[in-house]
Amino acid sequence: MSVNAVSPSRLLAVVAPVFLILVVLPYVIDPYQTVLLSYGLIFAIAALGFNLLLGYTGLLSFGHSAYFGMGAYAVAFVVKYLKIQSMEVFLLAGILCSALVAALFGLVCVRYTRIFFGILTLALSQVLWSLVYKFFWVTGGSDGLRVPTPTLLGGTVKMAVGAGQDKLGFLSHRYYYYVLVIFCICVGVMWLIVHSPFGKALQAIRDNETRAEFVGVQVWHYRWVAFLISGSFTGLAGALWVPLNGLTTPDILHWTFSGEIVFFTVLGGFGTFAGPIVGAVVFNYLKTFAVGYTVYWQMLLGVVLVVLVLVLPAGIVGTASRLGLRFRRAEAT
Amino acid sequence: MSILKTEKLTKYFGDTHAVDHVDFTVAEGEVLALIGSNGAGKTTLVNLISGLIPPDSGQVIFKDADITAASIHRKIELGIARSFQLVNLFDKLTTLDNLALAIFSREGKTRRLFRVSDADAAVRQEALEVLHQFGLEPKARMMAGGLSQGERKLLDVAVAYALRPKLLFLDEPTSGVSTREKAPIMDIITSVVRSGRITAVIIEHDMDVVFTYCPRIVAMHQGTILADGTPEQIRSNEQVTANLLGTQTHR
Amino acid sequence: MDTLLIHLLNSLLYASVLFLIAGGLSLIYGVMRIVNLAHGNLYAFGAYTTAWAVGRILGGAPDASLALYALLPVGAVAAAALGAILEPTLLRPLYKRSEEYQLLITFGLLLILEDLMRLIWGPYPLSVSALYEGLGSLTIGESIYPTYNLIVIVVGAAAAAGLWAFIYRTQFGVVLRATSQNMRMASALGVNVNRVYVEAFTLGCFMAGLGGAIVVPQQGAVLGMGVDALILAFVVVVIGGLGSLEGALIGALMVGIVREFGITFFPEIELAVLYLMAAVVLLVRPAGLLGRA
Repeated sequence: MSVNAVSPSRLLAVVAPVFLILVVLPYVIDPYQTVLLSYGLIFAIAALGFNLLLGYTGLLSFGHSAYFGMGAYAVAFVVKYLKIQSMEVFLLAGILCSALVAALFGLVCVRYTRIFFGILTLALSQVLWSLVYKFFWVTGGSDGLRVPTPTLLGGTVKMAVGAGQDKLGFLSHRYYYYVLVIFCICVGVMWLIVHSPFGKALQAIRDNETRAEFVGVQVWHYRWVAFLISGSFTGLAGALWVPLNGLTTPDILHWTFSGEIVFFTVLGGFGTFAGPIVGAVVFNYLKTFAVGYTVYWQMLLGVVLVVLVLVLPAGIVGTASRLGLRFRRAEAT
Repeated sequence: MSILKTEKLTKYFGDTHAVDHVDFTVAEGEVLALIGSNGAGKTTLVNLISGLIPPDSGQVIFKDADITAASIHRKIELGIARSFQLVNLFDKLTTLDNLALAIFSREGKTRRLFRVSDADAAVRQEALEVLHQFGLEPKARMMAGGLSQGERKLLDVAVAYALRPKLLFLDEPTSGVSTREKAPIMDIITSVVRSGRITAVIIEHDMDVVFTYCPRIVAMHQGTILADGTPEQIRSNEQVTANLLGTQTHR
Repeated sequence: MDTLLIHLLNSLLYASVLFLIAGGLSLIYGVMRIVNLAHGNLYAFGAYTTAWAVGRILGGAPDASLALYALLPVGAVAAAALGAILEPTLLRPLYKRSEEYQLLITFGLLLILEDLMRLIWGPYPLSVSALYEGLGSLTIGESIYPTYNLIVIVVGAAAAAGLWAFIYRTQFGVVLRATSQNMRMASALGVNVNRVYVEAFTLGCFMAGLGGAIVVPQQGAVLGMGVDALILAFVVVVIGGLGSLEGALIGALMVGIVREFGITFFPEIELAVLYLMAAVVLLVRPAGLLGRA
């Protein structure tokens, strides 16, 4: 990664206050805003997974909606066919199913790079979308499948039913903290992965495929593993998303959603670790605003993406860190 | 004892015989130079042996084992490594990380997902030592993309060396480097190769470098070996001088 | 027997349009080494422009005079013009950067064009079926077949032939081929590479627009047709090889035939059969049948 190893004290200085704010937030802002932020954190998890492939392995996937959707539909199927409402089972199902699909799709896609890789990921996710659309008797077709509020922590944390039912209260408090904890775990795990020897091998593959091969790294094996991890993270996000949304439809498998994932990762800066997280959260707010403002918000997205690529390719965090570096250098002289 | 032998190794690119039924032998512990004008087939020969491209026919035998069809990964495991003519590094990783990666790979540690690479003290130590041998230790924390050309060339060789190969191919290790930097680079390379008891095959165009550092010279021309001998023998070989040395500006 | 002939004609029809789209994509890649993810939208743009232009002049009158058929290519010209504007502004700044950025910017373009067409022409399909019906139909054995479809096939074949002649028999074609094989060398020999690039891109967009223009009487212009076409075009170039026009032709024919006969016997899985075919080709010959990726 282009950012030099950040000292632990500096890292803590940034992370600690952010974490504190996130913990305190539900008591400060109204429930609707908390739910909105939950969506942001969930998309951030998806972005983290996606960026393992883009930022660290150099593979641009246009089909990540497939794994998010797989995670979401796995949850819906657990509800519909197994009649289970435990969040932990949801998460397990989501991760397993998306990992399976990622493993399969990965086998096909990672043999190819760049353009073909992008095309293949797009095409495969569209196949999945059309299958889910067509087999409506299983998947609910365009109507989708409803998912009721789950129970957390093995059934110990439930939403009150009947007269005292408060879905918004549940989602904006207990569910929010659940998502927050998982978000923190995901950030930690991904941080570990990208700083491990495996992560370095991925970056080597990104920088110079031939040389990586000649250093003894079997390129396509490593790409496949990265693909698997990436898909699983995104699938986990999908599983977290469904209870919040209450419903899953084929839209979440459509290439337009893949495009959103690409967009918010690039917005935050795919050359950094934190970029995708920031981009996802910012995008979530942007989209909520834009959708209420104009029906042509896809065009707005496209324009912003074009501007980003031409003017600000490092994204929000990338540009900020570059400016910070320049500022620190100027200070030192 | 020959560590490497090629038998009738051939590669065609369309109609051109890039490497034409070449029988090439390297003895263990040698340091030899592979010379020839552009297009003579030197890099293609190395590409065939190291596994970058498959041969059309012929065999490559490494220590009595046929490795013609072996994967690059297998060849590295067996002990063959190479550097590249156009420097091939991981530009967005630090110098230290570039080298550490080779060590991690050698040790099979690149499979490790859940351990921070910087925390592996043994690997870091070894990486720093190798960098020190190559005079690159001061630049350990710098991005590989930011090094000077000479430093990049050295790092390229260092990364291949860190794989602890038995046979090392160096493709033009001093190309693109200013004249006064060449000797220090070659000094480092030859001392490292000798102390590690590594067999080295060096592709070079600079005849000063070749005559100074390589006790054996193999000259190629149009895909075949033209001559094979000591610097004196090569210098006095008329075919070689006509085809190769005549076109070299002797500095 | 005539059902077989009809199926064959339908395959050729589909292949014609596919060839125009995929051929344009392949041409652009062959010369410039970029893949335009918005290429399908240029096909859609051609369709919409033609439908709109013809529709305005038709003014709701049921009869289509022959002169209107001459107006069909307006979509191709519009797409070409759009391409001529896009290449220097959006693509040229990125040639020196890594490929991801090209893909990202063309993806952004895809998003923009999708909504732009909705903005200009609304969310409902545009149709010019008068042109389709205006030519009547032919009797083939015991069945009748729309004459217009034959026009499409002829246009597709003419385009293939014309393109081949253009690339292999003209001065510009030589320059095009030289630049595609070795850009630096061509530049060193005095070729104005920037001009070649914009011309090649414009030509590729022209082809895509033409595909949209000639198919719109039969299918109408509908939102989302761009991305559907893009994916199909990708299947074609995967099979035929990216960068090869002959490959685009063969790929288009194969996709056309497989799809036509696939739909007849297994209507549910039409797309899946195509993807399966692409997957098989990719596994066996990664560069495509005639490609040089």
